[in-house]
Amino acid sequence: MLSGNEAIARGAYESGAKVATAYPGTPSTEILESLSTYAGLHTEWSPNEKVALETGMGAAFGGARALVVMKHVGVNVAADPLFTLSYTGLRGGLVLVTADDPELHSSQNEQDNRNYAKFAKVPMLEPSDSQEAKDFTEMAFDLSEKFDTPVMLRTTTRVSHSKSIVLASEPSKPTGKPQLVKDPMKFVMLPANARKRHPIVEKRMEELARFAETFPGNRVEWGESKVGIITSGISYEYAKEVMPEASYLKLGMVYPLPREMIRSFASRVEKLFIVEELDPFIEEQVRAMGIEVTGKNLFPLCGELNPGLVERGLRGLLQVPKEETYKNLPARPPIMCPGCPHRGIFSILSKMKLFVTGDIGCYTLGFLPPLSAIDTCVCMGASIGHAMGLDKALGEEALGKVVAVIGDSTFLHSGITSLLNVVYNKGAVTLIILDNRTTAMTGRQDHPGTGFTLKGEETSRVDLVKLSKALGVKHVKVVDPYQLASTERVIKREVRRPEPSVIISRAPCILSRRERTEQEKSFFVSPEACTGCRTCLRLGCPAIEWVKENGAGPEGKKRKGRASIESFLCTGCTLCAQVCKFGAIKESDGK
Amino acid sequence: MENNKVKNILLVGVGGQGIILASEIMADVFMEAGFDVKKSEVHGMAQRGGSVSTHVRYGSKVFSPLIKEGEADIFIAFEELEALRYLDYLSPQPTVLLNEQRLNPPSVSLGNQAYPEKISEILSGRSKHFKSIPGRELALQAGDARAVNIVLLGALCAFLSIPEKIWTENILRRFSPKVERINLEAFRLGRST
Repeated sequence: MLSGNEAIARGAYESGAKVATAYPGTPSTEILESLSTYAGLHTEWSPNEKVALETGMGAAFGGARALVVMKHVGVNVAADPLFTLSYTGLRGGLVLVTADDPELHSSQNEQDNRNYAKFAKVPMLEPSDSQEAKDFTEMAFDLSEKFDTPVMLRTTTRVSHSKSIVLASEPSKPTGKPQLVKDPMKFVMLPANARKRHPIVEKRMEELARFAETFPGNRVEWGESKVGIITSGISYEYAKEVMPEASYLKLGMVYPLPREMIRSFASRVEKLFIVEELDPFIEEQVRAMGIEVTGKNLFPLCGELNPGLVERGLRGLLQVPKEETYKNLPARPPIMCPGCPHRGIFSILSKMKLFVTGDIGCYTLGFLPPLSAIDTCVCMGASIGHAMGLDKALGEEALGKVVAVIGDSTFLHSGITSLLNVVYNKGAVTLIILDNRTTAMTGRQDHPGTGFTLKGEETSRVDLVKLSKALGVKHVKVVDPYQLASTERVIKREVRRPEPSVIISRAPCILSRRERTEQEKSFFVSPEACTGCRTCLRLGCPAIEWVKENGAGPEGKKRKGRASIESFLCTGCTLCAQVCKFGAIKESDGK
Repeated sequence: MENNKVKNILLVGVGGQGIILASEIMADVFMEAGFDVKKSEVHGMAQRGGSVSTHVRYGSKVFSPLIKEGEADIFIAFEELEALRYLDYLSPQPTVLLNEQRLNPPSVSLGNQAYPEKISEILSGRSKHFKSIPGRELALQAGDARAVNIVLLGALCAFLSIPEKIWTENILRRFSPKVERINLEAFRLGRST
């Protein structure tokens, strides 16, 4: 049993990939984690997706096979090299995995990256299950070398994270010896050279379109002729589940499309459906061929499909209304862990009522009540630019009221140049770098600030204080986010400063096995001393609960309830004890 | 397996309760018993404390990794409130295993919303076979509160016609010698509920 992600890793290994690069991002992260356990190839967390692709390109220019992996929005970061890589081609095969996230399970948008294949003029394969994920990875390497083109392999969260049975084999491909071969006309994209490469790209796409007609990943499964369904990826599995009797044209290559195959299939079925998630990518192309189809008028444009949605669309069924009684259940969103170092910072920002420009990571959860202290979140690295723009637009009006927050991994991904801009263009911006020494949100991956590589080997660690100073920031302060009073003093002083300043909040992720030792203490709320003021509850710690209890508190004063700490969740971070004005929260004798 | 129909098992609960591991063991067991299997997790951002569900489907040939609403044959709820969230998935005659555990979501902890009541009555009224299991108690009895997931696998095993040996061998393979006895005991306690 392998997940789609593990199967892609297996496929890359069996294809003899020499270099594999990625920046972690749900739902793609496990591909490199899995691949790093195989011997015989270099695997790395690159600082961002652009660097990952450029590194993969270098390997492929040298004649080696390279796998480059990212989530859908990561391709936006890597788009610059991708579009010109399409022109240069390569010597060794290069496969770019884009893991899309319909339904935004853990993303800021649900862009459909099939559009990138058309835009960048590269072929794209799309597997439906783990076996295909492995097989298509191998086919993609072959195609890449055969047609001198990068090949995109697109998965979605459902394919990446579902497990199914995979038949593995041993690495069989002869891995050619990488070597330096000069070919500047191909690899130096000056206008004069690039102008000559463009027609080659167009010719290649025509050849690929012809090849698509016989590509084994595109196949027809004849059933009844009443209904024909063109589909790909996970949508194929849903459609087969709910309408096994129909005829299918199952596309393994979603770009370019096998036009003759489609035309012939369409002519032999009475009604033609196209079942695809997100954009009408196949539908629009089939319509442009003058073929009548039914598609997005029956299936949603937004969100993930599922067997129920596909069945309702194909069979024209109505949605059964949800059971009323259970509609308003208390929600259970992901929350910052008990003991999370971000909690202290956000409780201060919330108390100070600052406008907080945010970024991508666990700390985005600071948006949720009761902290409610994130005001913008758009993409990796954006927090600093947002604060800069506000400063330049509002001037004095914004001084002392705005702060940018970014995680250490996100800062190293794409925040450095923005901070450089703040210094260069004299922004009065205060940046808090939440340095928990890991890429926490995606499951704690290493990065250039942790001192360890993907394989767990020790390496040099970037010093965020020296880095900020080298960029020209004169005021750099390091704080301990578990010390609320001193941290608040520093934030208050720095946000009012009419100059660039950086506050580094330094404390390892509470889940970090490397940096954390077993917690030895926990806290409890003295029922006699608690006044029921709820200040500790405003920290949003999962270990603190409200106990309803009308009665008398300390000194006989009325209270509607009291706070209580669940000792097995408490990590002993002390924040609640620090915010309690009545000394009601005390350390337990032993845990 | 009646008429080669695919069997659907839905596991729901809260991140950190060991649902994913339980579903992995389950999927391996079904594969070793000779079935085609697919398994899929549905959860939001990968942090602790969020709502989690895992779909496991097995039969002679499985297409969709997701169970269609109204078609879960076996429903295993690791947490009581989470059980209510997925009622729409229950088949008309489901087997329901409910772990007797309440974990308050943030709005309940803050005192803004009430934890729903009468959950086991609602579930037993909706199921053909209903079993309420004191998972945490049994896991502690076996030696570790974290073994709730294995207790529930034991309880599930009693409803399926898959040789017990495949289950226990899988559990032995998954755990280090240090904790295998605890987990085998947890499985046994779950099996005999």
